[in-house]
Amino acid sequence: MATKLKATDVVVIGLGAAGGVAVLPLAQAGLDVVGLEAGTWLTRRDFAPDEIRNNVRDWPQSVQKAQQEVPTHRVNAKAATTRAGSHPMMNAVGGTTLHYWAQSWRLNPWDFKVVSETTKRYGASRLPKGSTVEDWPFGLEELEAYYDKIEYEMGVSGQAGNVKGTIDPRGNIFEGPRSRPYPMPPLRSTGFIDLMAAAARGLGWHPFAGPASINSRTYNGRSACMYHGFCNKGGCHVDAKNGPHLTTIPRAQETGRLKVVTRATVTSIDTDDQGRVTGVTYVTDGQEFIQPAKVVLLGSYTYENSRLLLLSKSKAFPNGLSNNHGQVGRHYFSHAQGAGVTALFPFDINAWYGLPAQGVAVDNFADDNYDHGALDYVGGGNLWVMSDRRPIAAASMGTFGRTPTWGKEWKRFVMENADRTNTAYIQKTTLPYESNFLDLDPTVKDPLGFPVCRITADYQDNERKITAHTQDKMTEWYKAAGATATQANPLGTMGPTTHAYGGTRMGRNAETNVVNEWGFSHEVPNLGVLGASVMGTSGARNPTLTVQALAWRTAEYLAKNWKSVTV
Amino acid sequence: MADNTKSGVSRRDLLKRAGMAGAAMTIPLTPVGGGDAAAAPPAAIVEAVAQTPRREAIENLTAAEADLLEAICARIIPTDASGPGAREARAAHFIDRALGGALASSKPAYTAGFAAFDRYCRSSRGKPFLELSDRDQDSVLIDVETGAATGFQGSSAAFFGMVRTHTLQGTFGDPFYGGNANFVGWDLIGYPGVRTNVSADDQRLGVKLTPNHKSAYDTEMFTKATASLTTNAEKTHGH
Repeated sequence: MATKLKATDVVVIGLGAAGGVAVLPLAQAGLDVVGLEAGTWLTRRDFAPDEIRNNVRDWPQSVQKAQQEVPTHRVNAKAATTRAGSHPMMNAVGGTTLHYWAQSWRLNPWDFKVVSETTKRYGASRLPKGSTVEDWPFGLEELEAYYDKIEYEMGVSGQAGNVKGTIDPRGNIFEGPRSRPYPMPPLRSTGFIDLMAAAARGLGWHPFAGPASINSRTYNGRSACMYHGFCNKGGCHVDAKNGPHLTTIPRAQETGRLKVVTRATVTSIDTDDQGRVTGVTYVTDGQEFIQPAKVVLLGSYTYENSRLLLLSKSKAFPNGLSNNHGQVGRHYFSHAQGAGVTALFPFDINAWYGLPAQGVAVDNFADDNYDHGALDYVGGGNLWVMSDRRPIAAASMGTFGRTPTWGKEWKRFVMENADRTNTAYIQKTTLPYESNFLDLDPTVKDPLGFPVCRITADYQDNERKITAHTQDKMTEWYKAAGATATQANPLGTMGPTTHAYGGTRMGRNAETNVVNEWGFSHEVPNLGVLGASVMGTSGARNPTLTVQALAWRTAEYLAKNWKSVTV
Repeated sequence: MADNTKSGVSRRDLLKRAGMAGAAMTIPLTPVGGGDAAAAPPAAIVEAVAQTPRREAIENLTAAEADLLEAICARIIPTDASGPGAREARAAHFIDRALGGALASSKPAYTAGFAAFDRYCRSSRGKPFLELSDRDQDSVLIDVETGAATGFQGSSAAFFGMVRTHTLQGTFGDPFYGGNANFVGWDLIGYPGVRTNVSADDQRLGVKLTPNHKSAYDTEMFTKATASLTTNAEKTHGH
């Protein structure tokens, strides 16, 4: 028998990058907020520099909810379904910002207008067949104030490339105009990063230090980064990696308006006969609770956002909440996180320390920053070279076909080359397609008996062409810096990933989008959705800063329009 | 190593050390056939014991399985003129311990794999693996690695891949987990050790840092890892 709790103004589902940000503008506006989080608080004492625990064993110190709900995947509706061994996200107050790379990019202006800009420059026929991409309901100029807000509230280090239209070649000359510089200078460089930057300049490209939600100096009373080398899927032992657990959530708690409930697994969003949301049902330690609320903000991860809506069936929404137009789960896409390039240098590059956000970017081949006139695709990729190495990963390096993968010869190869390789990450445009979507798996269930999310998705020609082009450019860059061997890594499949988008897309047209331009459901006026699941394009950028900016904007809209939303 | 620090020693650590002491006592430190147990052993024997990789108490495998695993690990990362290998790193100990915890879901695959491996060895080479020369051991392992070895559940390549992955984890992972003994794995690849603060100069080209031989848990601020006893594969059957 479920226990019915005292009603609140707003329930936020998930206190990660999205929900953890939204609570602050709501609490500051005087609204009572209950934040439901499946995980727990973790502190710097939990963040040992331990590759086994962090990178091999998926954070056993955290609540393992996501690990019990790993989505299944098939490349198309006729293909066999497979299931990955682990989920790349985690549950905790602060969510995956506890162990992410913390690269904090703004989208470029083109990313908001892929359809109209492509049509204008290359003709409508250039848009890939089968793609369901739309322009965003607004441009960068609308989101700029919120990017700025997050960069300062959270703390982002970086080098501006365009302040109010004035280009600064030390930063990204391709970025859209920003109202002011970053609050902190970029993370420092390394000897190897300097070498790569010089090689890029030699090629006539424009290298620059990328932005990171990591303190390059003391910021708001928290330490600067210690560059200790365990940031990649590791928590920060000095709280220099910024997330909601260190910033927006404690600030919201200080108002006395936010109640944080940990170890809460939400099982449904509840509705009345009029089709309005009445609150949520959640389970903690086997006990069921009903938390009534005037407004529900769904801020779980992309897979769980669609899943929870599809699981929340009612008389008014027989196919899942806010799904009477059949759009929940549609327009799904994810970054092609494979397909980097690995290089071998004839000297030690001293990359045992540092972090994935400490590096140098080249944006010349991203978005529409170069002429696609003679090409037959749209978009591109951001080339990213970083200082990131840990011992097990280093010893697991590929051998460029030079030795077997074990035994005497292999041992000598690894002893000589463990500190001589570097793998670049290439962040590439991916578009949504009719054939790529999320739904509920017909057979695989979580421990509570609910179906897990099923991903049906495959990269299309456009993504494969971007991959080939950007890998060629990356190879050229490494060779210019003195690499003696390079290897283009495989693209892989579109299984569960940290960069998953869509499923509850944002747009003015209710026929093709789940939420409106403010992030509220077209079908359920008092239901808002937060996270990359509302994004219609990804650009060649890590998603988190955009997720946070959108979350703040949706929460601020709710606070300012409380009466009309809750009528 | 974290296991040997005076502070923060858990009951589990104590039990573990008791087990290790028990294993050490199987090495005949005192002359067999009487004599004063308290008397110091001859220096030559002390030296020999110090040179011998210490075998710990077995926690999850059978004695025969542990011997076989030890021998396989020693061919994956061999001990040779270039330096110590997986045997000195105690990679097999890391795996044996993990099979009772974080790798518990792999235990059936190990049990079945060892049995198939032993059968294949005897039927194809006429001898158990431990009695083969290094060269013949390698040829068996190539069969297993390439999937050519018969009698395995599924492909033998999956068994090889699993053992290789865990051997690397046991050799190059933090010593806290029972492998990478005396930091031999980290020294092998030149990893200078866990640091909590790294300077700009430490990241310049041409800089060679002195290995500090520190585990993550030599820094007292960190809560020790408590590996989840259940794994993904098991947990998904929870309903």
